[in-house]
Amino acid sequence: MKTFHRVLIAAAGAAVIGSVAAWAAGEYKKPAEYDFSFEGPFGTFDRAQLQRGFTVYENVCAACHSLEHLDFRHLGMDGGPFDEQGMAVAGMEELYSPDPNQNEVIRQIASRTMVEDGPDEYGDMFMREGRPADDFPSPWENEAQGRAANGGAYPPDLSVITKARYGGPEYIRSLLMGYDYEVPEDLDIRPGNYYNPYMSGEVIAMPPVLYPDGVVYEDGTEATVDQMATDVAAFLHWASEPHLEARKRMGVAVMLYLLLLCGLLYAAYRTLWRNVKH
Amino acid sequence: MSGPSTYDPKTGIERWLDSRLPIIRLGYDSFVDFPTPKNLNYWYTFGGILTVCLMIQILTGIVLAMHYVPHVDYAFASIERIDRDVNFGWLLRNIHAVGASMFFLAVYLHIFRGLYYGSYKAPREVLWILGVVIYLLMMAAAFLGYVLPWGQMSFWGATVITELFGAIPLVGGPITEWLWGGFAVGNTTLNRFFSLHYLIPFLIAGVVGLHVWALHVPGNNNPTGISVKTSNDTLPFHPYYTVKDGFAIAVFLVIFAAFVFYAPDVLGHADNYIEADPLVTPAHIVPEWYLLPFYAILRAVPDKLGGVILMFGAIGVLFILPWLDTSKVRSMRYRPMAKWFFVGFLIACLGLGWAGAELPDNPVPILGAVGIDFLFFGRVLTLYYFAYFLVILPVLGFVEKPKERPASIDAAVTGGKSAAPAAAPAE
Repeated sequence: MKTFHRVLIAAAGAAVIGSVAAWAAGEYKKPAEYDFSFEGPFGTFDRAQLQRGFTVYENVCAACHSLEHLDFRHLGMDGGPFDEQGMAVAGMEELYSPDPNQNEVIRQIASRTMVEDGPDEYGDMFMREGRPADDFPSPWENEAQGRAANGGAYPPDLSVITKARYGGPEYIRSLLMGYDYEVPEDLDIRPGNYYNPYMSGEVIAMPPVLYPDGVVYEDGTEATVDQMATDVAAFLHWASEPHLEARKRMGVAVMLYLLLLCGLLYAAYRTLWRNVKH
Repeated sequence: MSGPSTYDPKTGIERWLDSRLPIIRLGYDSFVDFPTPKNLNYWYTFGGILTVCLMIQILTGIVLAMHYVPHVDYAFASIERIDRDVNFGWLLRNIHAVGASMFFLAVYLHIFRGLYYGSYKAPREVLWILGVVIYLLMMAAAFLGYVLPWGQMSFWGATVITELFGAIPLVGGPITEWLWGGFAVGNTTLNRFFSLHYLIPFLIAGVVGLHVWALHVPGNNNPTGISVKTSNDTLPFHPYYTVKDGFAIAVFLVIFAAFVFYAPDVLGHADNYIEADPLVTPAHIVPEWYLLPFYAILRAVPDKLGGVILMFGAIGVLFILPWLDTSKVRSMRYRPMAKWFFVGFLIACLGLGWAGAELPDNPVPILGAVGIDFLFFGRVLTLYYFAYFLVILPVLGFVEKPKERPASIDAAVTGGKSAAPAAAPAE
């Protein structure tokens, strides 16, 4: 019986190791490790970092990449870059409102874009300033226009990008900093393409977009390539998982409750069965 | 075992109802006073756990369906809306998606428990067959549900699986188009998949009812495989097993919650967060983990039709298992040879899952040094999978010498010092 159990445990162990190995296997360079503040069971977003990351998105990424599943108001929801904590970090408490549509910072951000609205009372469409309740506008009229402007490669939507790529935010960060590697001799890179070992297939149509001081951070942080790549990766992870903080917070309470329940039920079980030989 | 009813209606209302619709009597006899072997171990708690899984899936699914839009242009966006804007939508969707995996984890442990303790043998053949029907319906529901978010794996998984029917000679093409409702996986397909995904859980609930009914006629099997003989062998289901199952369910929920709150996407595939694009095929189309062994069996055969037949055969063989196993002894506790073949079977199933996740040409770690790739690995394990049912179990019944079994369940747990009848009738 002992041998039997040992074999079973060994088989289960091998299965776990095997499946981890299977998931970890890949054909391209592993993203570099980075300790983001939102990792781990108690991780939270660094609001200042989310705000810097949004600056990078707005000034660099947004030229080609849409964020179609997000509205401006999402920026001010709990757990986002301009929630109560975020506004305090930025020293703008007096502009905060629990209703993201009334948040002054978000109204300003939205007003920097023009959106089509209508039809008006005469049946005509018209352009107006963006409002917090509007979607982030796409840089392209349609996919064909995006392809035409980018040598045939459509810049993917970034709403859920960290969940749509293995490695998540670390992948985004490594990819954005991954243009300095020497091109392998056997690899033929056509014009309009770039070598990037973190990309699946190691060839990417996106040119390097981050250069030192490419953006000006309002909090005075120096805009190095590493800093911008890290900040925008964090911002895009928030965009993919806007309820990450609520999820982890609720997780702690649920786990504590369930563990207590387990303890009580185990005690009940032992008490009930104590006189039964089984 | 489901002997005379011991329900005694105490109040006037209960007596009134009992003579018209004895539903309280049914519940009392089935879940309160039901005589249950007293030696059931934790492997026997998965029936209760699976009931909880089904209820969780149905409840979260009904609410998710209130917010989901089954249209190719809006399905992906509606999932994002659920995650972002629906109150606790992220929680519902995580529970539902993780719940599918937990449901399969539990059902696999439940099935392997049945295989080890011989729970499929007479008089429980119908109980076992109903279980296989539930398992089939679960796979259908899981596959259909995975299509609904309309991500890349949804679309391409649906394409690969529906095209399998195209392998059927003559009628394969028309059947595939009939399933699609068109000439490719499209909006009509998504609509009917949503409809069927909503229907199947209720079919499962119905078959679960039959499964429990079929369980309560002969009563539970138990780790000794010896039939219940006297009331010394049993305990009333309530409170003994309600509390033990309750504890097991709570432990299961801890694991469930760990995934929901701390790794909600780890069991899924990143590509399914990319909206479906019929013009871009993902580099690797792989099913969810719980279907990987069947995917490996499908790929083990060089011929498409042969692969499809073998894949469905892998489940079909379970239907006739009660008649393939020739041993009179139920529990492998007392079957010194079968026990080791069972371990081999367990390893084969896990290995097939591994082979299903890998590309067929990839070398197997360590074994790759002698030129073994996952295709060959999968073929060997497929062979063992079928040999276990079609050769090993039929032959073992004749060549294996079972170990001596205790006279009764009571004797097994008390070390044989109990006043059990000396001459045990045949099982």
